[in-house]
Amino acid sequence: MLIIDCPYCGPRPEPEFTHGGEAHIARPADPSQATDQQWLEFLYLRKNTRGVFAERWRHARGCGRFFNALRDTTTDQFLATYRAGQKPPAVPVGGER
Amino acid sequence: MSDPNRRPPRIDARDWLEPLPAATRFSFRGSPEAAAAASRALGVELSQVACRANAVGERAALWLGPDEQLLIGAESDAGAMREGLVAALGDTPHSLVDISHRQVAFAVKGAHAEWLLQSGCPLDLDIGQFPVGMCTRTVFLKSEIVLWRTAPDTFRLEVWRSFADYVASLLAEAAIELSA
Ligand SMILES: [Zn+2]
Repeated sequence: MLIIDCPYCGPRPEPEFTHGGEAHIARPADPSQATDQQWLEFLYLRKNTRGVFAERWRHARGCGRFFNALRDTTTDQFLATYRAGQKPPAVPVGGER
Repeated sequence: MSDPNRRPPRIDARDWLEPLPAATRFSFRGSPEAAAAASRALGVELSQVACRANAVGERAALWLGPDEQLLIGAESDAGAMREGLVAALGDTPHSLVDISHRQVAFAVKGAHAEWLLQSGCPLDLDIGQFPVGMCTRTVFLKSEIVLWRTAPDTFRLEVWRSFADYVASLLAEAAIELSA
């Protein structure tokens, strides 16, 4: 079974987690001034990276927290997990941690 | 190494699955300051360590998340718990919701408790990984549960009321294997 490191609970089995899409998407700082294009990008436009990708995950059936993960989309390997609000850690190219 | 031909002895469902009495339950959310105030009110320390439960008498506080605790007490303690918490928390921002009737509890106990739960729970419940005093929200097959190891061979299993039959039935089905 795939084991995911929750930044709050430690290593836990994958069925406890839900995927939350691409990470580090910032809401427009002044929403009432945002253009249609900015809203479009914020709401709908997502990367579809092949390789290491920063994603949101939620430990939905555990501590309930959202956090971020670096996952290699070609191998499904989790390279790192970190709390929401933190910058993604550097990971060695090729993946092994 | 374990003997592949080893068979656990026969067991009787009544020995390992015990419905626990009705209880008072609160879902508490709040900052460490609010948790400290709640700890004083309850006389039970709300753990700041992940996945740890503390209990004093029949009152218990189970860490479910960084700002979330499940508070459990005797059914007759509801009024005293609520009044104590409300008085101690005062204006400190927090959320306190009575969920006494949302879920029910079972004790899963005996030499096979870990094995039975492991039939549907993907966590490693070996006592080295899941020691006495550890608690967490997790899953039992398709149902969300809260597990708390209260003794080496005893777990308290909290499950939402409408899922209780599902969980108990599947545990009973797993137990058939032990008596085969
Ligand atoms: Zn967690």
